[in-house]
Amino acid sequence: MSDYEKLVPSPTADTQPYWTGLQEGRLCLQACADCGKVRHYPRPVCDSCYSMNVKWVEASGQGKVHSWTITHYAFHPGFKGELPYILVTVDLDEGVRMNAQVRGITQADLRVGLPVKVGYDKVKDDLTLPVFERVSS
Amino acid sequence: MSLYEKGAVTGVGETKYLRGTDRTALSFQLEASLNAIRDAGLKPTDIDGLIPYGHGAVAEDFITNFGIKDLRFSATTPMGGASAVASIQCALAVIDAGICKHVLISLGRTGYSGGRIGTRVQQMPQFRTIGEFEMPLGAIAPAQLYAPMARRHMELYGTTSRQLAEIAVTTRYHASLQPNATMKNPMTIEDHQASRMISDPLRLLDCSLESDGGAAVVISAPDVARDLAKRPIMVMGVAEGHPDSPSAITQRPDLTTLGLAKAAPKAFAMAGITPGDIDVAEVYDCFTYIVMCQLEDLGFCKKGEGGGFVENGALGLNGRLPVNTHGGLLSQAHMAGMNHIVELTRQLRGEAAAQVTDAEIGLVTGYGDMGDGALAIMRRG
Repeated sequence: MSDYEKLVPSPTADTQPYWTGLQEGRLCLQACADCGKVRHYPRPVCDSCYSMNVKWVEASGQGKVHSWTITHYAFHPGFKGELPYILVTVDLDEGVRMNAQVRGITQADLRVGLPVKVGYDKVKDDLTLPVFERVSS
Repeated sequence: MSLYEKGAVTGVGETKYLRGTDRTALSFQLEASLNAIRDAGLKPTDIDGLIPYGHGAVAEDFITNFGIKDLRFSATTPMGGASAVASIQCALAVIDAGICKHVLISLGRTGYSGGRIGTRVQQMPQFRTIGEFEMPLGAIAPAQLYAPMARRHMELYGTTSRQLAEIAVTTRYHASLQPNATMKNPMTIEDHQASRMISDPLRLLDCSLESDGGAAVVISAPDVARDLAKRPIMVMGVAEGHPDSPSAITQRPDLTTLGLAKAAPKAFAMAGITPGDIDVAEVYDCFTYIVMCQLEDLGFCKKGEGGGFVENGALGLNGRLPVNTHGGLLSQAHMAGMNHIVELTRQLRGEAAAQVTDAEIGLVTGYGDMGDGALAIMRRG
């Protein structure tokens, strides 16, 4: 785990709760503490009411595929070993989108509207990344 | 207040475009600038405004190398590939304000020999959000970040990879007619379809080049433009547009609409014309899909109809809308769209290598930084 060679996030005071949530197996989204609007990616100001008061809400983790790409070329050497890999853009039920790789989903499964749920991939001691998985019917 | 014909392109210049060099980006930028200044019939010391492309030469470099004694204005327009065209709006504004007479817009880069795109994007401050939330997941380069836009368009509208191939093939043919293009080997739709997948649905031949070289243009005040070496090319309309969620495509309400959609109505209204009046269009082509999407956002066809619009050689010299007559970023060289302004100017002067017959009115677009757009409409003066 110490030889992790991919890009890593550098969380800030505005974004740390998102990453801490993933470490704990929860998808936490930032929301306005005044008007309640959920926003992603995390940022200091609510674009609806301009409040800077923030709260964090635990999301359902449920969503539907909005679009995707399948990457066949390693733009960073750390990803060479997992080509090709699927990245999906997902409409979360909370009204914001998320990007992540998939687990257990193949190219043949991909379609707009495919129901997915978030999963958690602990890639090293201090980093858990989200992944999207099939919703079992 | 309008910037209608408040400035004209009076000089254009390029270096030889290369894929491999030991020269510096600065030397390319200065050489292209000198060529543009000479083309206008000016001296380097006549330049009183500078809008260099970001991350390259700065005003101090021009003052030092050109001996400019009284520089009155310098700025950058940080919009990635939309910067060059957005700089035209900036130049017209400072000319109209009476601050400058001759504004130099310039670019030099060693995109092939210096830092390649994969590492370049991570270092750009406007991408700190995706740097934190998307790049660690493996979504790193523009090809990967733009591919979901193309995929969404395909799923909603039935757009196909073969339609994108039409753009690559026509652009390559135009490059083959140029004295200064880096990729001139003939390309067929089958060649495109056989090229390796980079980030589905974008294949290698959907992607632009990485190039070494420089390009520059001089924008002058209308009253002095008429007395210079070449026929002035008047700027009839110009605007920039920024999409919703400009840095994170993932969060954009409509993945299939770019910032250009906000700029286009403004620029056409300023120019007092409609898309049907355009004789030639130089459209920013970092990827084939981005060309098709911009043609929709410009109003040449409705959203979703771009795939059909580009079919059957429609973008060729004798097609319904000649596009990227110099070979573009896809096949001439990646000069961040500065070469598109150079080419539009030459088309409207009637001195292009692949000349569109009787081209009198044309447009040039810029696209960059995940969706920013800019548009300039020009006419033969």
